[in-house]
Amino acid sequence: MDEALRERIKTTIESHRVVLFMKGNKNFPQCGFSAQVIGLLKQNGAEFRDVNILADADLRTGLKEYSNWPTFPQLYVDGQLVGGCDIVTSLNESGELKTLLGAKAS
Amino acid sequence: MIEPAEVERLLMARFGDAQLELVDLTGTQDHYQARIVSSAFSGKSLIEQHQLVYGALGSAMSGAIHALALKTYTPEAWAKTSGASDGRSLT
Repeated sequence: MDEALRERIKTTIESHRVVLFMKGNKNFPQCGFSAQVIGLLKQNGAEFRDVNILADADLRTGLKEYSNWPTFPQLYVDGQLVGGCDIVTSLNESGELKTLLGAKAS
Repeated sequence: MIEPAEVERLLMARFGDAQLELVDLTGTQDHYQARIVSSAFSGKSLIEQHQLVYGALGSAMSGAIHALALKTYTPEAWAKTSGASDGRSLT
């Protein structure tokens, strides 16, 4: 991955406290897993930035390498990868998601 | 598309002691659900556990498998789940 792409990914991840890289956008998710994560974020009252990776092939390819994570959606909080749909669902069930989303950036 | 047996082979090659349950969700050999119980997950965060699984599947994740619903457990964590207390076995 070239440096410009890596820098662009980093800037995007840090542009908002909570960033969701997804298929489609928050109003029109184009994948059931992305839709599920959006539902959980809304349910927990989170404000988040959505990034449609279907509209950006470089970003889509680059993110997989950047995060060592091959699938979407990918949720980032405070610049850190939290996980995909399964992990976000697990964290919601345990109550950890609310804590994570509510915590202030250190 | 990838044969279930091949997915199992890749996972068991990495997680030798694992209890594995693999389901082809759509019957099309590209949407899978996997439940993996392995001591290899001990001391690792959920995200690290899933990254281990993705690592084991390698290039299969970027093409052959379109979706993988994943649940990972250490043997200790699995023992505490309702699935285990129901007496259900993974194998």
